[in-house]
Amino acid sequence: MNKAIRRMWLMVAAIVMVLLLTLTYVQFFAANALQANPWNNRTLYEQFGQDRGSILVGGKEIAKSVPANDDFEHQRVYTDSPLYSGLTGYFSLVYGATGLESAMGDELSGASDDQFYDRVMSLFSGDQPKGASVELTLDPKLQQVAYDSLEGHNGSIVAVDPKTGEIKAMVSRKSYDANAMSSHDTDKVVAASDQLNADPDKPLVNRAIGGDLYSPGSTFKLVDTVAALESGKYTTGSTLQNPSELPLPDTTVTLPNYRQGGCAARTEVNLQFALEQSCNTPFAQIAMDLGQDKIRQTAENFGYGQDLSIPLDVTPSVFPKDMNQAQLALSSIGQYDVRTTPLQVAMTSAALANDGVMMKPSLVKNVRSSDLSVIDEFKAEQLRRSTDAETANTVTDLMTSVVDNGIARGAAVPGVKVAGKTGTAEIGKDGLNDSWFTGFAPADDPQLAVAVVVEDVDVTTGSSVTSPSARQLFEAVLNK
Amino acid sequence: MSSTAPAAAHDAAARPRPRRLTELLLLLLALGIGVGANILVDPEQLDKDASHIVMSGSVLGLGALLVHVVLWARARYADPYLLPLAVALNGLGLAMIHRIDLSTGQTAANTQVVWTGVAMAVCCVVLWLLKDHRRLRNVTYIMLLLSAVLLVLPMVPGLGVEINGARLWISVAGRTFQPGEIAKITLAVFFAGYLSTNRDLILLAGRKIGPVRLPRFRDVAPMLAAWAIAIGVLVLQKDMGTAIMFFGLFLAMIYLATGRLGWIVLGVVLMLVGGFAASRFFTHVSLRLDAWLDAFNPEVYNRSPGGSAQIVQGLFGLASGGLFGQGLGQGRPDLVSYSNSDMIITAFGEELGLIGLGAILIMFLLFATRGLRAALGTRDAFGKLLAAGLSALMVLQLFIVIGGVTRLLPLTGLTTPFMSAGGSSLLSNWIIVAILLAISHSARRPVVTGPASDEDLATIEARRRARAEQRTQGSDAADREPATEPTRSAALSSSAAAPHHAGDSFDAPDTGSATEAMSRISDRSDGPAAGERAASRDTDDAAAAATTGGDAARGGTRAASSGGPEQKNEPAQGEAEQEGGTP
Repeated sequence: MNKAIRRMWLMVAAIVMVLLLTLTYVQFFAANALQANPWNNRTLYEQFGQDRGSILVGGKEIAKSVPANDDFEHQRVYTDSPLYSGLTGYFSLVYGATGLESAMGDELSGASDDQFYDRVMSLFSGDQPKGASVELTLDPKLQQVAYDSLEGHNGSIVAVDPKTGEIKAMVSRKSYDANAMSSHDTDKVVAASDQLNADPDKPLVNRAIGGDLYSPGSTFKLVDTVAALESGKYTTGSTLQNPSELPLPDTTVTLPNYRQGGCAARTEVNLQFALEQSCNTPFAQIAMDLGQDKIRQTAENFGYGQDLSIPLDVTPSVFPKDMNQAQLALSSIGQYDVRTTPLQVAMTSAALANDGVMMKPSLVKNVRSSDLSVIDEFKAEQLRRSTDAETANTVTDLMTSVVDNGIARGAAVPGVKVAGKTGTAEIGKDGLNDSWFTGFAPADDPQLAVAVVVEDVDVTTGSSVTSPSARQLFEAVLNK
Repeated sequence: MSSTAPAAAHDAAARPRPRRLTELLLLLLALGIGVGANILVDPEQLDKDASHIVMSGSVLGLGALLVHVVLWARARYADPYLLPLAVALNGLGLAMIHRIDLSTGQTAANTQVVWTGVAMAVCCVVLWLLKDHRRLRNVTYIMLLLSAVLLVLPMVPGLGVEINGARLWISVAGRTFQPGEIAKITLAVFFAGYLSTNRDLILLAGRKIGPVRLPRFRDVAPMLAAWAIAIGVLVLQKDMGTAIMFFGLFLAMIYLATGRLGWIVLGVVLMLVGGFAASRFFTHVSLRLDAWLDAFNPEVYNRSPGGSAQIVQGLFGLASGGLFGQGLGQGRPDLVSYSNSDMIITAFGEELGLIGLGAILIMFLLFATRGLRAALGTRDAFGKLLAAGLSALMVLQLFIVIGGVTRLLPLTGLTTPFMSAGGSSLLSNWIIVAILLAISHSARRPVVTGPASDEDLATIEARRRARAEQRTQGSDAADREPATEPTRSAALSSSAAAPHHAGDSFDAPDTGSATEAMSRISDRSDGPAAGERAASRDTDDAAAAATTGGDAARGGTRAASSGGPEQKNEPAQGEAEQEGGTP
């Protein structure tokens, strides 16, 4: 019988071995497929019920996880959501995560490489691994001012510190409440999503960095000016022809100056006057003279066509290729197929403010693990040299006179030199334009570079919103 | 094992160590695992409300200590590993049930703690009463009757309760109990008692067809009856898992008794045929099979009853555990239905990973190994069969459970021994611990190894005379002998702490009945002659009494066992095992 008992042990051991192999198959080889199975709510519950780190602005939590009493352990809650939802995005178990919830997802959930040690420790301590919190570079006061100044309009405002690249305000209106998209009640989320997606004002889009992009309008003339000065063919003293209408080559179309502006006063102008009054025809001629390659190269030096992550993904701005001279002429005044983001426009001003050096823009000031130790901290970083310091300073002077003497007077702050440039992009709607302002202040020691765009307004309304908005931002920064 | 030098074996046999201190140290480790896990499922509970941890830890600790003390008093030479392994597994189970309570708001852990205390107390009582496990052999047929009653109980109107389509429970005073869990022990005792008495008849009597010797129907009829009752009742009660487990137990014990693999092969074939037939005739069986083979079919997944959602969610749990697990308290085992009972393995897989489940499996393997080790070491066929059968049963049950949750086998509702929430399961497994401990004590207990005293020799002589007289009295002697044997052995051990007599020696207890049977089968007299038989008895007694032990025993039994080649080397191995009893 002992032989049978020994054989029985072998059978018992074989059974255990078979079980181990089966478990190895399920838990190792088949694990990924099982976890990806659409019926597997576990991953969903785990991910969306996790105690994620908070997103903070000025020490205040604008997104945080609070304990929930449903299948999920935690619920994501957003404070002042419409003010920040373009940045935070939402955290929806139906539609996934967007915005920083997605871009900083690894850190917020504690899954980033930097948090590996914390994860290992939580294996032993038995503590629930907590995500890291992300503090933003935003200035809550500026953000509020920017948001309020767009009241009643769709549009966007971006404000950056030109010396560091820190984004101080980034507003996109029309906005939405991220809480509605982050509910654990899927029916409510679907209803909210349907409503937001059906809204013609596209509230889910962060216009500052994405969406359908804007035509930059006359703000693009800053790029033309830089290209002109860099080429050596033009100086501030050059005399430029300023016809009220410019026939475009090989077409029957003419490019007019803005009829009610100050351009009509002179037929020969210098760069300063052309920029002050935003005359179209001198810049179209400069562009056609320099050629599209030079203009495109300059635009790319300022970031057109370049991928950027702040760490939200920024849609690259577009300067079209293979144009004929007529198309180039239209492009030089920011029309035709030129497309840009408010962030790109703000960065252009920031680079000019910072002696031609463009700093890498970022939203993230620091990332702290749950024990408050700093995992990652913002460091000012040069992104690229956009132009030489001399050209930058010349353009700065020109922009200063645009505010002092030109059509951007609304941005003037008493006692402070403000550099600026307006723009009006025709969008094909009768009498309605996208109205721009970009600039920085103080011109001699830049603290803040801004870009403001307001959609679908007539000229008067546009100028009553954009430049004054910028002024309020400058005042808010400078009065601190 | 058989290579142990006789001299070394002799030394070891001279001073077998009780090893209770080893057990105590391992118990501390086991308690550390159990209580540690219970704390880790939610470390913050220590600050809030530690009452459950304290209660659960003290019941487990005091219970383990109690069993330990009873072992000191009643079974000093019991295996030192069985108890700590059981305590560790039980502790892990308590921790996981508590952890799932925290997620779901149930209070299953409190009930389980109470049952742990009750089960350990019952374990102590069994150990105390069962000074000699061979007493169980006296009640072989009572056990059969008891098994039948236990299995039928849930069918009794007013007493039985149907839960989830299976009628396995009885309800007494508001508490449910699963008598089938206890029936697995009573059936094992019956199988062991019956087979140890009749195995030679089954083996040797009967018609030989080609190379296969078919046992006579009357020799196997009680076994078949037991099997039919178990399977029949369970099919009616719609619980396939228990049916497969009982059938497996039946096969394992027949194999252990006869040493013929053919039984297992035949049994597995029968089981497959039966399963196929059942899937044709019973919808609940075919639903189960469907949910197993086609688990990821949306139609199968979503249907109710008989959907595969439970299996699939269990697989998701295992997958989310991966290699290292989510960590205790950090997974979502509550998403799987019955995660604290039938599916508790997936909860462990999710939170402790493949590595944790591997460790748990190894603990079960160690448990079964120690049980089989006790079976090797003990001297009576009944003890061998019972210990080996119960050990195999433990792993078989684990196979059905884990095979079910990993989709290796169809999922059937069985508890994981020691771990799953459920009082009956816990109780029955702790009774198994008690029985294995008692058998391991008898396996490792020291035997007198010096020259036999005159008094001993006189007793042996008197016994032999009595037996010779008995033999002349009639042909029924063989059937009576086993029943009277334990009494004799008790008398022997109490009178002179005498060595095991022939009846206790390995396969020897059945030698008497076997040779008796063989001599009755006149046309197949390849058995030993009567003279050899007598010699075998004498030599065996003398061998045990004399210090030379193994050699003499080998010589003696070889003479007795010329009928079956498979038996030839066993006594020598057995002796070495027994003497080298300290692992």
